[in-house]
Amino acid sequence: MSDEHPILEMRDIEKSFGAISVLKKVDFTLQRGEVHALMGGNGAGKSTLMKILTGVYSMDAGTIAVEGQPIRLHDANDAKRAGIAMIYQEFSLIPTLTVGQNILLNHEPRAGSLFLNDRAANRLARSILEDLGEDLNPNTLVSDLSAGMMQMVEIAKALSQKAKILVMDEPTASLSEHETETLFKIIRKLKAAGISIVYISHRMAEIFELCDRVTVMRDGQIRMTEPCANLTIPQLVETMLGASSASEFTWHDRHKEFHGEPLVKVRGLAMPPRVVDVSFDIHPGEIVGLAGLMGSGRTEIAEAIFGRRTPAAGEILIDGKPVSDQKHAIDSGIAMVPEDRRRMGLVLDHSVQSNMMAPNLDRFSNGIFVSDTNASGVIERLIGRFGIKTSSPAKAARLLSGGNQQKIVISKWLIRNPRLLILDEPTIGVDIGAKGEITAQIRELADAGTAILLISSELEELLAVSDRMLILHEGRIVQNIQRRDITSEEELHHAVQGHLIAQADPVHAA
Amino acid sequence: MQSKAISSPKPIPSMRPSMGSSLGFIQDYSVYFFFAAVLIFFAVTIGDQGFLTVNNFFNIARTTAMISIVSFAMTFVIASGELDLSVGSVCALSALTCGLAIQGGYDWYVAASFGLLSGLAIGLANGLLVTKIGIPSFLVTLGMMQLIRGVDMRVTYTNPVAIPDPTFNSLFGAGKLFGIPSLIIWSVLLAVVGHVVLRYTTFGRRVLATGGNRLSADYSGINTSRIKLYTFMLSGLAAALAGLLYSGMMQTARYNFGEGMELAAIAAVILGGTSLFGGKASIIGTFAGALMIGTINNGLIIMGLDVSEQMMVAGGIIILAVAFARKPSH
Ligand SMILES: Nc1ncnc2c1ncn2[C@@H]1O[C@H](COP(=O)(O)OP(=O)(O)OP(=O)(O)O)[C@@H](O)[C@H]1O
Ligand SMILES: [Mg+2]
Repeated sequence: MSDEHPILEMRDIEKSFGAISVLKKVDFTLQRGEVHALMGGNGAGKSTLMKILTGVYSMDAGTIAVEGQPIRLHDANDAKRAGIAMIYQEFSLIPTLTVGQNILLNHEPRAGSLFLNDRAANRLARSILEDLGEDLNPNTLVSDLSAGMMQMVEIAKALSQKAKILVMDEPTASLSEHETETLFKIIRKLKAAGISIVYISHRMAEIFELCDRVTVMRDGQIRMTEPCANLTIPQLVETMLGASSASEFTWHDRHKEFHGEPLVKVRGLAMPPRVVDVSFDIHPGEIVGLAGLMGSGRTEIAEAIFGRRTPAAGEILIDGKPVSDQKHAIDSGIAMVPEDRRRMGLVLDHSVQSNMMAPNLDRFSNGIFVSDTNASGVIERLIGRFGIKTSSPAKAARLLSGGNQQKIVISKWLIRNPRLLILDEPTIGVDIGAKGEITAQIRELADAGTAILLISSELEELLAVSDRMLILHEGRIVQNIQRRDITSEEELHHAVQGHLIAQADPVHAA
Repeated sequence: MQSKAISSPKPIPSMRPSMGSSLGFIQDYSVYFFFAAVLIFFAVTIGDQGFLTVNNFFNIARTTAMISIVSFAMTFVIASGELDLSVGSVCALSALTCGLAIQGGYDWYVAASFGLLSGLAIGLANGLLVTKIGIPSFLVTLGMMQLIRGVDMRVTYTNPVAIPDPTFNSLFGAGKLFGIPSLIIWSVLLAVVGHVVLRYTTFGRRVLATGGNRLSADYSGINTSRIKLYTFMLSGLAAALAGLLYSGMMQTARYNFGEGMELAAIAAVILGGTSLFGGKASIIGTFAGALMIGTINNGLIIMGLDVSEQMMVAGGIIILAVAFARKPSH
């Protein structure tokens, strides 16, 4: 009936929060069956635009038409009815319910008008999952699932609502490489079935692999909409960040040799089932990258060094003394940036400033009384330095965009000048400009003598900053290698799967 | 500690302080609007029946002092993400401990210290059960409330204990300083202390961070178990002080002091804009909340309502006020 119309047309969309204008006359068009990337720096307005489309926020001005028909979106149900569904940046499943219950939440098959028909529900849920190529029991509790599986359930949930338009906001941020591949397969399948997809991501490689067209936003405006085939990465980055901020993301050898007494010694560390036997050293001023597949025990190792986990066997020595608990670790100058920012990194209802002050209260107080005025200078400087987009340091962290929240979590530790900084997936959801800034900060800290332990699933990032790499496979450090001996990302990619890198001059695990 | 990491300042993007939405403003301060409305209502209806006199306001502040003091400490407990239901029973425990000690011949200050220590001990027990064993505070303190009330009844077989010490009575409840009842002085003094501690000390910040997101606070190096333990001890201590004030005011200690106090205190805290889930709190708001509850009770009595009617009306008003104070879920 309306094949000549695009599936979705958004025209002149405007949105302000208080006095701050977040979207300025935004036009966005989605064609039937395309995968359309939506890109832009942190706080550009991507999530806001899509939340308007799904009825979470109301727009101040503008029109939205689906298949040529103008629609009004007052709440999430209107969007559902129009065939629009969104996979959120933060998961929205109910962990205490089963997979089937989540998929069919609020439109469960009934027996009669009052009672639920569980058998029919499970059958329906199972058939949707099978269409996606997933063999998952609908009776499984969602809390027992991996991040990747949860994502599948979110997608299944959207499909069960007969979605024609699917919005995915940074869907790969918490997925392993394998899960990402599965997701891409499903996206292609959905595309072939005529479903149109808006795909938000900060990872360039994904965009070029997956998407038909790209729209770039900056400061609440559309800067460009182009077919992917016509674009190069530098072009994209420049459009996203503006010409000035061409930040480098390449490795250079710091030409340092680290001998002498290590700051941290890990010996025969075991934490079943994932960590079997791990030994390594970290020297002051050294940047050590810990590479391994998701679930290979990287976070467990980090938490053990930080004193949050007691190992089943082996020991961790700081300055030659065994770590007894987290307090000891912190007192010895160890800091850790945890991976899940909303759950572990932030007090969402507190201001940007008070979040940044939390680990630094000793510095901004005389022991008893806190001085906000002392703190605010330092904090405003950090905000400027990292380009944290916030209208004021007093703004609640909850109201910042995802990437900007992550920048708070990282920057608050940098004021401390810790002796060892453990970074667990520090740049999830951070835009390419800020990634460069964070990389530069890591190097600067290391130059000043801080030891760094970096965990990242983005091999590119590990390669960009590490002096030395530990490759974790099946619970053991299978290789301890100087960065300069790794010649390609390909090599590292194989190494984390257990195929060692050929080494000219092996480093000996002490 | 010097910050080399951020030593090269770049220009800072202009930053205007945000005003927040006007709705949020009204919600944060709704207790004051409600309080004003209550005052105006009573002034119009019963202003000529003795409500609008200095003496009556003194009376309200005096009779509310115990609840106010308990709710200041309760603000810290709730801000850290917990709850303390044992305050009422602890209040009577401290009164009886102190009363019996005075009768046993101890000096008043020694007896008062015994009373305070009994509250501190119960707070410590609550805190340890919550933080070390990991029982939810609602259950721990519910059990403790029952248990201690039983102890209160048992020690004197529900008989009152007279307190024949004029210094004690005048200091803790019955006396005046410059014409101001000592109960009012206690509550204003502690409101100021509570406010300063919550807003301007590292302890206050740590309480708020613990209640706002415990995991994040943990990673920030805050010993959240210790912080929670301290707030329970604070609460026990405040409840014990309230018990001393009751017994000073009545010149007697009774097993039923502080019955229902836990609910009034929690209502005052929530009315005052503190989040029941922790992380956001205001002592001044709590004070206003407590005074408002006191004013409602006072006004209803002057209006001649009987106890059952008072309870119904006061309960209804509290629900209404909390409904306004509550944050809308977007
Ligand atoms: N509820 C809100 N109240 C006030 N400001 C808000 C609110 N939601 C978003 N903003 C602001 O709007 C701007 C755009 O945010 P949005 O979440 O759309 O960014 P984004 O492009 O998705 O960024 P990211 O890549 O970091 O996820 C940000 O500066 C943010 O602080
Ligand atoms: Mg976003």
